[in-house]
Amino acid sequence: MAESEVLHAEHRLEYPYARSTGPIIGAFLTALREGRFVGATGSEGKVIVPPTEYDPLTGDDVGELVEVGPGGVIDSWAWVSHPLRKHPLQVPFAWALVRLDGADTAMLHAVAAPGPEALATGARVTAKFCPEAERVGSMADLESFVLEGGAA
Amino acid sequence: MADGTTDQGPVTMLATPISLDFEFTPGVAQSKFLRGLERGEFLGQRCGTCGQVYVPSRGTCPTDGVATTEDVVLGNSGTVTTYCVVNVPFAGQAIEIPYICAQILLDGANLSFMGLLQEIPTDQIRMGMRVEAVWVDEAELIPSLASVKYFRPNGEPDADYDTYKEYL
Amino acid sequence: MSAAGRTVRPVSIASFAQSQNVRKDNERNEAEGLQPVIAEVFANVGITKDDVDFICSGSTDYLIGGPFSFVMALDAVGVWPPRAESHVEMDGAWALYEAWVLFQEGEIDAALVYAFGRSSLGDLNEILTLQLDPYYEAPLWPDIVSLNALQARAMIDAGKATEADFAAIASRSRRDALSNPKAQVRHDVAPDVLLEDDYVVAPLRRHALPPITDGAAAIVLAAGDKALQWSERPVWITGFDHRMETHSLGARDLTVSPSTAKAAEVAGVADGNVDIAEIHAPFAHQELIIAEALGLDDSVAVNPSGGPLAANPLMSAGLIRIGEAASRIRAGQADRAVAHATSGPCLQQNLVCVLEGA
Repeated sequence: MAESEVLHAEHRLEYPYARSTGPIIGAFLTALREGRFVGATGSEGKVIVPPTEYDPLTGDDVGELVEVGPGGVIDSWAWVSHPLRKHPLQVPFAWALVRLDGADTAMLHAVAAPGPEALATGARVTAKFCPEAERVGSMADLESFVLEGGAA
Repeated sequence: MADGTTDQGPVTMLATPISLDFEFTPGVAQSKFLRGLERGEFLGQRCGTCGQVYVPSRGTCPTDGVATTEDVVLGNSGTVTTYCVVNVPFAGQAIEIPYICAQILLDGANLSFMGLLQEIPTDQIRMGMRVEAVWVDEAELIPSLASVKYFRPNGEPDADYDTYKEYL
Repeated sequence: MSAAGRTVRPVSIASFAQSQNVRKDNERNEAEGLQPVIAEVFANVGITKDDVDFICSGSTDYLIGGPFSFVMALDAVGVWPPRAESHVEMDGAWALYEAWVLFQEGEIDAALVYAFGRSSLGDLNEILTLQLDPYYEAPLWPDIVSLNALQARAMIDAGKATEADFAAIASRSRRDALSNPKAQVRHDVAPDVLLEDDYVVAPLRRHALPPITDGAAAIVLAAGDKALQWSERPVWITGFDHRMETHSLGARDLTVSPSTAKAAEVAGVADGNVDIAEIHAPFAHQELIIAEALGLDDSVAVNPSGGPLAANPLMSAGLIRIGEAASRIRAGQADRAVAHATSGPCLQQNLVCVLEGA
């Protein structure tokens, strides 16, 4: 069969998933909607952020929720010069693993910064939330982290 | 609210819609089948090992696992091997209910496929009924089963059960 | 079993076949692409589908965007009369593990394992996001390159690697691929030239990323008399294990792979000399993490096939590592080899297979 005879078609796969959050993830997303962060106390008193219903290392149930952040430090980062269409920021930005103050694990989110030269592992950042009226209880309620001191 | 006096209640659900775009290809053999529909004919393929004729062929024999390379033009008529009468409305339904959905074994084929049966009252459909394809006008033929408007009785006597009992 | 993962019943990699690895095969459907590979893997040892007791495959429907593509792929094998069959939504290396377990239980004497995937049909940066935590990570749509850039940065910051190391690995891999006619990216370009590449997501430059590859692979496993009949020089699996780590990226130390280290310990990697290692490290920096976790020293030839930096057919690339390692033992180029496969983001899950010649 000649190459041109083989047919092709554009195909879009869509799923309108809605997930139940459970009490722990729900509490984190509720806090985000309120412009704050909570973590869960895991084994040996370590604070897991974002919180899971179980300790990711031991599998034990987590204990009480504690307030963390809104500042933290960058554990690792990656500079995106050309954001993809679904990325949270549509201008050059960094993905980062941010360890919030009071947390023992890091959370993934975007960091807004003027350029890669402004960033470093260990740099301090703080949360920049979306306007309150736009928050719905999702990771997108956090617009991004920004460098502490307002470098961004 | 930031002061905690929310009237929204705690978050219990999270919407996580996904939308992914693909470039789909049906492959070489199914493209041939679809190009056949564009010409107003049913094109199948014969397995060189077992001799079975598949329509549509996916390019391999599902029994022997060998590539099917011999093209076979099948007849416009076939036999209803089994059927159901659809009485239930559902989202996206394009045909007025009740209607007949039949498995049709085209003459010369060893694989039946599903087709819409029209021009017959739903209480007169039966297994073994001989039917023929009714195509859209030539100018409207496209590489899709939408080129077949429906099947209808072709007036021949019913087929013997023995001729289609292997295809139920 | 003397220890979990150590073989009691010897199982041989009797035959291996893979398709040409290409950037885009948008002519053939899944069955049409797979069928020649299945035919070759059987023909290598002069058998048919009727000679295997079990069929197991690895693939994911998200690559094609349609359900049950693994069922339709069975048309490439021919499963009538009805056959014993299974499937994992994992790289084919895990399908091979499932078959190996049935061998250990004495259920089967021969098996066909295969994997397939066309990475080119959709946008991998979006598709692979769906393997992430659906509450905290996936809704942000972090792409796989960015996540690996986070891991690479952590390596650099920990003093465990430099960008020059990534370039050296990429250069060596694609140079070695010159002797692999099935590989997709084959060229001899010096590391200092590669370091002139632009960043895709800093600190990962273009060369540190795997190619996007369409391909398929298959292996026939055999035990007992069949293993001896089908191979003049059987290649035996002498250790096999796989382990996984937490889903939460921020709860892991991304610069190490404790799951690989554990699997290597259980599989007995250190019980003998390792001549070659086929490591499924799609991103250049990951080779360093896995080599350390496997306990390999500088004498070990890593990825003589070119590895996944030369061809990275999703769902098959791990299975191909096992096939490539076995092929070198069968060719007399090695006596003992380690094959590794990974799955999940940033080396979350890892499989280790130890292979030895007769």
